[in-house]
Formats: sequence, C-alpha cells, structure tokens
Amino acid sequence: MSRDSKTKVLTVALVLCVICSILVSAAAVLLHSRQEANKLEEKRKNILLAAGIYDATLPVEAQFSQIKTRIVDLQSGDFTDEFDVASFDSRKAARDAATSYRIPAQRDLASIKIRSRYKDVYLLMEGDALQQLILPVHGKGLWSTMYGFIALGADLNTVSGFAFYEHGETPGLGGEIDNPAWKQQWPGKKIYDAAGKLRIEVLKGSVDPASADAIYQVDGLAGATLTARGVSHLLAYWLGEDGYGPFLDQLKQGEVTP
Amino acid sequence: MNSAKQVLLDPIFNKNPIGLQILGICSALAVTSKLETVLVMSLAVIFVVAFSNLFVSLIRQQVPGSIRIIVEMTIIATLVIIVDQFLKAYAFSVSKQLSVFVGLIITNCIVLGRAEAFAMKNAPGLSFLDGIGNGLGYSIVLIIVAFFRELLGAGKLLGFTLLPTTSSGGWYLPNGLMLLPPSAFFIIGLLIWALRSWKTDQVEKDN
Repeated sequence: MSRDSKTKVLTVALVLCVICSILVSAAAVLLHSRQEANKLEEKRKNILLAAGIYDATLPVEAQFSQIKTRIVDLQSGDFTDEFDVASFDSRKAARDAATSYRIPAQRDLASIKIRSRYKDVYLLMEGDALQQLILPVHGKGLWSTMYGFIALGADLNTVSGFAFYEHGETPGLGGEIDNPAWKQQWPGKKIYDAAGKLRIEVLKGSVDPASADAIYQVDGLAGATLTARGVSHLLAYWLGEDGYGPFLDQLKQGEVTP
Repeated sequence: MNSAKQVLLDPIFNKNPIGLQILGICSALAVTSKLETVLVMSLAVIFVVAFSNLFVSLIRQQVPGSIRIIVEMTIIATLVIIVDQFLKAYAFSVSKQLSVFVGLIITNCIVLGRAEAFAMKNAPGLSFLDGIGNGLGYSIVLIIVAFFRELLGAGKLLGFTLLPTTSSGGWYLPNGLMLLPPSAFFIIGLLIWALRSWKTDQVEKDN
C-alpha cells in the first residue's frame, strides 16, 4: 500500500485520533477528582485567609470545619435550603437562566451584568454567636474580573479581612491588590456610617489619617487607579441594596438568625 | 551525521531556538515576570518537545505527506493537554499563574518546528535528544529573562526578597516596566546581541 494512498491517509488519521483521544480522556478522567479537590481546598483556604484565621501548618479541611456554609437568597435577604451547600456554585448559577439575575445597567456598579440570585456565605460561629461573616464578592478591575472574599466582624459593619483570590490585573500595578501591606489596611475599616450610608472606598492617593472619613478609606494603589476604582465599585455594589444589603439588614435586626 | 552530543548541546548556544531562530518569542514575553512560573513552563516545554519529537519520529515512515502537519499537531496537542491536566492536579498554584500559556505550548513554534525539521528525518533516539536540547535552549533564555525581570521588577527571586522595595519599607524602587511583557523584548534583544558578539558566525550576512 502506498504511503500517500487515500486508505493510508484515512487509516493513519483514524488510528492516531483514537489513540490520542484515549490518552487525553484518560488523563482528564483520572486526574479529575484531584483537580476538583485542589479547587475546593483553594477556595476554602481563601475563605480562611479573608477571615484572618488561616494557619499554613494545619490542614485546610480541619480548619474549615469551624466555618458554616449557608446559601442566601439575595432578593429576600434570607437563608434558603433549596440548594445543596456542598455542590452549590454561584458562577454556574449565574449562567443558568432559572437562578440568575440580570442587573439593571444603572445599578451595575461592579460591571458584572449578570449574577446569581443566590450566594454562598460563610459564617464563623462561636457557640450561637456570629464571630465573622465571610461574603464572596466580584467585579471588574482594569483587565479582568476580580474575585475575592470580604470578612465582616460580628457588628456586620467592621471589615475584618479582605482578599482577592482570582484576578488578571497587571503584576506590580493592579496586581498589588495581593500585596500583604495593602491588604493589612482593611481590617478595622467601617463600611456604613451612622446614618447607614455606604461609605467604604479606595482612594486615589493616600488616606489622610486626621480626616474624619479615614475610618472608611483605604490607600489607593500607585499606577492602578482603575483597578482601585474597580475595588471600590464592587464593594459598593455587593454591600449595597442590590447585593447583600437586604441580607445584612435582616441579620442585624435579628430577623434572620445564623 | 550529527553526533548525539551535538544534537543535544547545539541548541543551547550554537543554534538557540530563541537566540538564532527567533522562535517561541510569544511565551518568552508572557510568562517571564516570575522565575517560578518559568521553571514550570520550561519543564513543560522540554517534556512536550522531547516526546513530540520521539513520537513523530517513531511514526515518520508511516505518515502520509499530505497530512503530516496535522498529525504532528495532534500529537503535540495531546501531550500539551496531558501536561496541563497534570499541572492542574499536582501543581495547582503554578498552573493558575501559567493559566492559558500551558495550553499555548501547542502553538509554540519551536515544538512544531523541531517535529517538522528534525523528527521527520531522524531516528527516534536522536529526535528525543534534539527535543531535550531545544527545550533546554528555550529554557535558558527564559530563565535569564525571568531572572532580570523578577529581580529588577519586584526585587525578588523565586519569591524571596533580595532587594527590599520601597512599597514594603525597603530602599529599592522597582522598575515597573520590567513587570510588563515588552521588557522581555529588551532583555532578549540584549541577549541576542551578547550571543552574536560571542559567536560571530550567527550574525546574519548583509544581502
């Protein structure tokens, strides 16, 4: 049989494709559980990091056992038991018409257009008392969508930690949102003022410590004005009326209890 | 005929794929802001070039000329996907930083270039060595570029601080350009200049 005959071409192509697809599927299937475990561990680690209780010397799973996961219906602001906590994925839910919510353009501060109607929230409890509430947030930076967790203290008004776990901002500029020195500024900042107005923001430039507003403000990032603005906007969205606002209100008034 | 040693070592300085042939520049710009990602990327590329050369060479007598490029691409793509899956399972944090660039090894000109130019014409053993050699040649350039970019751009090497930066209370004002991909052009340009001043036979003749 000649090397360039039609039969030869078809046979070689077929055999090669079969062998290659077996190899690729085998790799994907055999490694799938390990990859999923990595993703889950990574997510849990980031929740612990945001809450400021991560200890690198202990296994993530053991540390995470003190945290309770619940799903919140953002519109009603109440917990819901409609979903299985272990398998709930709010990014998937945002893609499903039945569980997604198209954000009206004028309210879409975080420029995310569409979000899940339900969000997974994480509660660090001590007995029956809530110690920290950890909320997933995301929004557009300069280049990318930034995903992070913000942890609130028991008063639901004081930030106890804030960190992004996924973004594609420029390393060294916008990427400095990962800089520990910058992240350290967040704990202790207040979100709402006495009148209940949302005040927290990232400035352009540095915070004037003498200012009365300093408690709501965080230093900007040099060379990353747009990333910093994105951070302010996504907090304004998620902590505002269209985001976790109703849930936080009800939690504060004790209408829903953890 | 080429000796095994020549096949393995020539691509490192004498016929460097980036330095002489100016191949694989795209990923040399994209992944070199940190040394750690470069090391993983280098291993991945060495693995892919070496084995794609080996397999292409093994079946080179059987492959019809009309579909040889697509056959080479299929083999390369398979290897790249396997590498990507392994990284996601066993080196999760690095694979997150490399993101799409592991997948883009498929389009790395060096891999297809070696399969087509070398593995189609040589025995499997030599082709395998040629793959390793070219992978190493690529890696050396990437490592040098990443060394300067991470050191001058972030004051660190492999994540350890060597030059404490002003933003964390030190004295070194980092060069922001070094963190952006275009800086790799400058470093690669300087490297090629240095290489061609040392090995003058690599200088292109005037037309």
